[in-house]
Amino acid sequence: MKKYKSGTRIRVSRSEQLFDLFNVVLMFVLMAAVMIPLIHVVAASFSSPSAYVRHQGLLLAPIDFCLDAYRAVLKNKNILTGYANTMFVVVVGTAMNVFVTTIAAYVLSRKNVLWNNVIMMALVFSMYFSGGMIPFYLVVKGVGLNNSIWALIIPSLVSTYNLIIMRTSMAAVPESMEESAKLDGASHWTILWKIMFPLVKPTVAVICLYYAVTHWNAWFDSMLFIRDREHYPLQLILREILIQNDTTAMTAGGGDDYLISETIQFATIVVATLPILAIYPYIQKYFVKGVMIGAVKG
Amino acid sequence: MGYFNKNTKELPVQAGSFQGAVRLTFKERAVKDFKRNWTLYLMILPVIIYYLIFKFGPMFGLSISFMDYKPARGFFGSRFVGLKHFKNFFSDYYFGRLLINTIRISLFDLMTFPAPVILALLINELKNKRYSKVVQTVTYIPHFISTVVICGMILKLTSSGGGITVILSRLFGIKHEAMLNSVNNFLPIYITSELWATVGWNSIIYLSALSGIDQELYDAAKVDGAGRLKQVLYITIPCLLPTITIMLILKMGKIFNVGYEKIMLLYNPMIYEKADVINTFVYRKGLIDAQYSYSAAVGLFNCVISFLLVTITNRLSKKASGNGLW
Repeated sequence: MKKYKSGTRIRVSRSEQLFDLFNVVLMFVLMAAVMIPLIHVVAASFSSPSAYVRHQGLLLAPIDFCLDAYRAVLKNKNILTGYANTMFVVVVGTAMNVFVTTIAAYVLSRKNVLWNNVIMMALVFSMYFSGGMIPFYLVVKGVGLNNSIWALIIPSLVSTYNLIIMRTSMAAVPESMEESAKLDGASHWTILWKIMFPLVKPTVAVICLYYAVTHWNAWFDSMLFIRDREHYPLQLILREILIQNDTTAMTAGGGDDYLISETIQFATIVVATLPILAIYPYIQKYFVKGVMIGAVKG
Repeated sequence: MGYFNKNTKELPVQAGSFQGAVRLTFKERAVKDFKRNWTLYLMILPVIIYYLIFKFGPMFGLSISFMDYKPARGFFGSRFVGLKHFKNFFSDYYFGRLLINTIRISLFDLMTFPAPVILALLINELKNKRYSKVVQTVTYIPHFISTVVICGMILKLTSSGGGITVILSRLFGIKHEAMLNSVNNFLPIYITSELWATVGWNSIIYLSALSGIDQELYDAAKVDGAGRLKQVLYITIPCLLPTITIMLILKMGKIFNVGYEKIMLLYNPMIYEKADVINTFVYRKGLIDAQYSYSAAVGLFNCVISFLLVTITNRLSKKASGNGLW
């Protein structure tokens, strides 16, 4: 907005200057409000349990630096198996999601296919009207996925929203790109993977991340379907530790038992969140891009 | 040679020539279409099967809300009971409470709707682009923290010795006890934390709409002597309106499904009075008490209302502003 031509100097009024200052300060306050709880969590996780319990209010730095909580967390086998299960769901699930979504989006983005409109309408309808929790539970149980890790992958194979994003970006590819391949007699399968897929790679990256984050965060479906502890994904383990306050797996047989369970919960949060926050700055631009593609459609 | 023939036939049939010179009956068209596109249909078949089983299957499964469904008897062996479960729900002791809680929580949630719009406008007004990038990066962070962890943090910070409890007790003299154990604290905690977790991320869509506004509009306004406030009021906000409308309609559809996963992680029997919503009730009745038919009926009630809300809002907004989802 500062691209004024020289000579036409536009007077910046006093109230506007004041507003700019106010805005900068307000945004700083907002960032502080976002960060302070997070800083507290990290600081508390590195504090000694007894000092933390005595402290009143929010922490901005560790008091009485100590790594006991992390030692206890890393001893906990549940967190490790939880991580392994979640990683399986994220990797295998996302791969299947993206594969299937890409194929469906390709078909639905073709013109002159008689049933495409009907299919599209049915899919969009399912976005706004669903059977709800109980029938969904009974269906998943009915197809024999109960207590299997596949219950976290197959019932959420396609997200209609992601499918629409993908379809929009494929429909935007100019037809001339495929024409030569068609003349050479290439099949749809070949056109999709050899021509289309490389062209829409940025969108593939976006929906890849969308699916991966959904799998990473999911806990409700696993609560419904997973019974055996060795299949628990990370979020269910976290629920036990953080929501149901069960830290026995980590505190058994120590001296400061009662106190350390306080900081253990914070250390668990850090261990469970750090990986995704560490890669976040690198993937941020893809997320933003995805929202924009969605916006174009809307 | 065979290849070539097939493709010369296919090429001229671009761009909607079904309604070409010769009018075909639907059946003829369908046969012709299938001959030409069967590979495409084969490719999408798995997805259609997926949708039939996992999206439309549960919709048909809703019919158990008109039966006395017993898992042992199966879907077809269960007795048809008509509207019994719906009548029971409407006369349920908890019906009023559930409805009011669901509406109250979602109305307050709806009141936070302008927050991301305002945030986007403020970020857009920042002169220093470096600083605005930092603000965006920081405010998006909570989006990457899982619901379970966020709720865990809320429970820790508002526990009897938790940081937020201590600060609030110093400022306002509230009692040193877990804040989520008293009924009236649930709503403020839910709304504040929801705002904390989503305001940054939700502003992205408005920021992207803002970046799409034609710069010439602003230049013209400047020539006419409009200050920044006037530019925002007469250019920026009108240009954002379509996006705002779409987001509002989408939000209306979620009203009756208001963050039940989060509520389920935060609430406890002591605060059911203000925190229990339709979907959490469905979960407890259906999956803990195994009253499948009854809770499916409650769920169906919920789905129908949600669907109506989207449809009505969509129609209203189309009438008022010409923007709609469909």
